[in-house]
Amino acid sequence: MATLHTRASARLMMTPAVVLLLAWMIVPLGMTLYFSLLRYNLLMPGMEEWTGLDNYTYFLTDPAFTAALVNTLLLVGGVLLITVVGGLLLALMLDQPFWGSGLVRLLVIAPFFVMPTVSALVWKNMLMHPVNGLFAWLARLFGLRPVDWFADLPLFSIILIVAWQWLPFATLILLTALQSLDEEQKEAAEMDGAGAASRFIYIVLPHLARAITVVILIETIFLLSVFAEILVTTNGGPGVQTTTITYLVYMQALLQFDVGGASAGGIIAVILANIVAIFLIRLIGRNLDR
Amino acid sequence: MGSIRLENVSKSFGEAQVISALDLDIEDGAFVVFVGPSGCGKSTLLRLIAGLEDVSGGRILIDGKDVTTTPPARRRLAMVFQSYALYPHMSVRGNIAFPLKMAGAGREEIERKVKDAARILNLEEYLDRKPRQLSGGQRQRVAIGRAIVREPTAFLFDEPLSNLDAALRVAMRLEITQLHQKLKRTMIYVTHDQVEAMTMADKIVVLNGGRIEQVGSPLELYRNPRNLFVAGFIGSPRMNFIDGAEAKKLGAATIGIRPEHLRLSATEGLWKGRVDVAEHLGSDTFLHIEMDGIGPLTARIGGEFPVRVGDTVHVTPEDGKIHRFDEKGLAL
Repeated sequence: MATLHTRASARLMMTPAVVLLLAWMIVPLGMTLYFSLLRYNLLMPGMEEWTGLDNYTYFLTDPAFTAALVNTLLLVGGVLLITVVGGLLLALMLDQPFWGSGLVRLLVIAPFFVMPTVSALVWKNMLMHPVNGLFAWLARLFGLRPVDWFADLPLFSIILIVAWQWLPFATLILLTALQSLDEEQKEAAEMDGAGAASRFIYIVLPHLARAITVVILIETIFLLSVFAEILVTTNGGPGVQTTTITYLVYMQALLQFDVGGASAGGIIAVILANIVAIFLIRLIGRNLDR
Repeated sequence: MGSIRLENVSKSFGEAQVISALDLDIEDGAFVVFVGPSGCGKSTLLRLIAGLEDVSGGRILIDGKDVTTTPPARRRLAMVFQSYALYPHMSVRGNIAFPLKMAGAGREEIERKVKDAARILNLEEYLDRKPRQLSGGQRQRVAIGRAIVREPTAFLFDEPLSNLDAALRVAMRLEITQLHQKLKRTMIYVTHDQVEAMTMADKIVVLNGGRIEQVGSPLELYRNPRNLFVAGFIGSPRMNFIDGAEAKKLGAATIGIRPEHLRLSATEGLWKGRVDVAEHLGSDTFLHIEMDGIGPLTARIGGEFPVRVGDTVHVTPEDGKIHRFDEKGLAL
């Protein structure tokens, strides 16, 4: 496996894939960087000119930017909280043997297979609609005033929808981690006099630390770029209440046709994502080196 | 204070009966070994006593008190598992302190008891290490430490040495025996290794197919096995069994003779055969001999006995060392 000859041929064989992947990343990144330094509007084709960092200044001083940043962090944080806690509870439940557990497991995983646009539309029109929605009907059943979700609680509604989509992922990862816990450890803790709550805190939770870390890291990567759910439900509104950084970039590029500004926004989003990543790795990543 | 009594205890998993109604008395302070082949129900029996499994029938009494439905934590027993079941994210100190912490002991008391346990088990230098930084034998000691700090009425060991290498196993065997003499508490020890059973036990319980075959001291079982199973299981190398004409001469369906009770001679003897394999251990030699009209026999002789493969030898059993069994396999 490790002779000089095999190593050389292995490198040769891997070269196409490495080159392709590198180009795949470097070319778009380079083009985005380049566009972000141009005054480049699709309504004025052929008029591109060098503007330096102006695009960045405009994007960062846009009043919507701060709101978008806060919204992004709230969205990611809210969804993480719901999916990790909810996933933990669901995983604990599914780990118990009960009649029909196979079917229930399948149903729990189902939301993950639904396209984001479809699930957002289902939530918008069939569940959260203030007139025709299931929640409105339930509220009226108890004589309450139906909640107009997307008008009154727009960001919370989107957090709910996205959390619903990511709950199965968290559940699945945590369930497999739970099942890998050595049965004898639980029994030893039981013999040692630990009750159910103590066993969960001292034995189960530390065992799950690694899986929870994985869930948080992977979900964060995908949640920073949530887009479809916002587009089909609130369009970033009312006002900028559900505009995230990703959505702001989309508005720059495809509603205002400002490619330069959108590219600058894209680069800022990349930098923000990296800050979040570094922060997360520092905070919880040490769980991974075991 | 640590007597354990099983009355008519049985256990079945669904259709499969793992343990069929058995009675057993374990006196306070005894070292009892459950021994048997794998699948004989010895571990299940231990888990029933621990309370990790519910009995299907019968009663379990500890100190004369019925604990059949008492949860494991309140039976005041401590268990050492085969995989040690240490908590991987806690230090050795944390592991040993865990039962005390669960019992709500004060900080000073915990510190003192952990120190004591560590001293007894030679773990003082390792208190701040994680289990994964320890060797197999050290992990084993941590598991024992976690058991002794609780000051239980009895210790339960579930094949604790089976993950250790041969040399360490002998050393730990000795340590556990010494621990028993020091603590003078009841210990129940499960193993499939009859050497462990013979060397450690005050009393051996031989199990087979969920039934108790025989209970007795090691030498009792060695001298007077009640049936073919016990005769074959206790003693190493295994007892030779001979049936057919030779057995009939002695009025039995089967006769058994231990390898160490065979006398060898180059010139004369009761049976004649050819040496097939010779295993030289230094102190002893095990000879596998193909006997004429009887079949293969194993003989244990002195290490310096001059014999080579293919030699013809004569074998005579020692007087009074022949065990006789009837058709059902019971000793006569």
